[in-house]
Amino acid sequence: MLEVNPLQRPMTTDFDSRDMDWYIDKIVQFLVFVAGISAIVFIIGIFVFITFEGFGFLLEDFSFREFFLSPFWEPSDEDVPEYGILALVAGTASVTGLAMIVAIPFSLGAAIFIGEFATGKLRESLKVLVELLAAIPSVVWGFIGLSIMNPLIIDLFDVPVGLNVLNAGVILGLMAAPIMTSIAEDALKAVPDRYREAAEALGATRWQVIYKTVLPAAKNGLLGAVLLGVGRGFGETMAVLMATGHAVNIPGSLFDPVRALTATIAAELGETAVGSPHYQALFTIGIFLFIITFLINLTADLIVRGIRKG
Amino acid sequence: MKIATTDTMNDTAPKYAIRTSRLNLWYGAFQALFDVDLNIDNGRITSLIGPSGCGKSTFLRSVNRINERLDYVRIEGAIDVMDKNIYDPDVELMQVRKQVGMVFQRPNPLPISIRDNILFGHSLHNKGKNASRADREEIVESSLKQVLLWDKIKDRLNQKGTELSLEEQQKLCIARLLPVKPSVLLMDEPCSALDPKGTAAVEELIWELRGEYTILIVTHNMAQARRASEACIFMLMGKVVEHQATEDLFVTPEEKETADYIEGRYG
Repeated sequence: MLEVNPLQRPMTTDFDSRDMDWYIDKIVQFLVFVAGISAIVFIIGIFVFITFEGFGFLLEDFSFREFFLSPFWEPSDEDVPEYGILALVAGTASVTGLAMIVAIPFSLGAAIFIGEFATGKLRESLKVLVELLAAIPSVVWGFIGLSIMNPLIIDLFDVPVGLNVLNAGVILGLMAAPIMTSIAEDALKAVPDRYREAAEALGATRWQVIYKTVLPAAKNGLLGAVLLGVGRGFGETMAVLMATGHAVNIPGSLFDPVRALTATIAAELGETAVGSPHYQALFTIGIFLFIITFLINLTADLIVRGIRKG
Repeated sequence: MKIATTDTMNDTAPKYAIRTSRLNLWYGAFQALFDVDLNIDNGRITSLIGPSGCGKSTFLRSVNRINERLDYVRIEGAIDVMDKNIYDPDVELMQVRKQVGMVFQRPNPLPISIRDNILFGHSLHNKGKNASRADREEIVESSLKQVLLWDKIKDRLNQKGTELSLEEQQKLCIARLLPVKPSVLLMDEPCSALDPKGTAAVEELIWELRGEYTILIVTHNMAQARRASEACIFMLMGKVVEHQATEDLFVTPEEKETADYIEGRYG
């Protein structure tokens, strides 16, 4: 038995007492703040680092004309090294472009099926499966490109080498499709159900509901999904390094080998002298990639935010 | 199904727009409607009243089969719309929805222009017959005129339907049904999201449409049922208690439950 009434009000009220909970709350608030701010600090830090490393090249050897317009990437030429990224940009762009041609129908189709047609367990398991696909490491995709796609392309199209734009484009498309599917599906899910109900009540078939109502209402989110796929394509390194053939070349057909910007950095950075013009030129490519992917992701993000608001 | 009697065959329009026989409905294991037998007059406004959960919305939503969006709904019995059982296996859902338009509790214009909202249903049901631009403008104008909205918004037909005020949105939702030429309009508490002024305007509009369409309107608001409908159905616990001319139901109700409800003893 309690001696005193447990509901007995204390005689004094101390509004200024700080117990353990008060301190824990303050500490947690501080830690969460640091964690939150660190993402921004890191991004700025990375940008500063890359810029700093590439700065010497930008100041001394950099020629805007040569860098962007020359198709010759010959940094190890003894007499006149040339630092032209045109062929590399063409390589990245052609592979990414083909990847999008492969990924857009697959991912939009999958998103529409998961979001609008599949129900119950089928839907849930498909979503998990898509997430799993998105988690496959890129080196595994590169391996598939090297050991499965390569001989397949040689057999099917009767070409001498199967490491080319086609190979890397298909691999990259399959790689980008899961993440695009999952973002596109989010965009479809964000379309209020009352739009579907309204269209159905007016006599629209299921496909008409999707085609005339859901897709137009979700178009910003879908565009965001595609842009994120493009960003992924630009930034992907390992798979394209393994599947493109890695030859500096402006592609004339699907069967030409190319080299990507990212793959160039990955392959060459370890073999250059720190601080040399070649080393700095690679960092300049890094700056270029950073800016491009940043812009693509920012645009995608702004577009996706646009739908949430409107 | 009963064969149409001689007198409805002679007359082009059937006497009853909606007839249900032994309509039972389940949401999963929960039975929401019990043996509903109703004959709803063609060309009149009939209101459905009753406390929350009495099945009035459920009933309304089975008349255009929009209930079937939920895959756990099960229905037995028949609903004849203009003398045709819409639950017959040969019935096409699209044709049901063409015949039976619906206005929802929360205005749900599509996020497209006002003009496209009006033409949405029309274009679905007139595939192949490519209406000329002038025809379409004519459809938009006459539909908006009929819902008393034309003068207000004729200069901004390209604005999104979702940007209008709630009252205007609800009128737009009624207007977009008209080009489809339905015979029945279902309205599920069409004024509950509106302020009193909007409510009055939409009620006035519904009254204007009387005669041309059979209107079935679910309402929580007894005063609204009383002033804006010609016949009234009182439902309770998934069953129809009473169906009478509105003035009779409110003045001389036959059933004790009806009297108790309209006097506000429960609900």
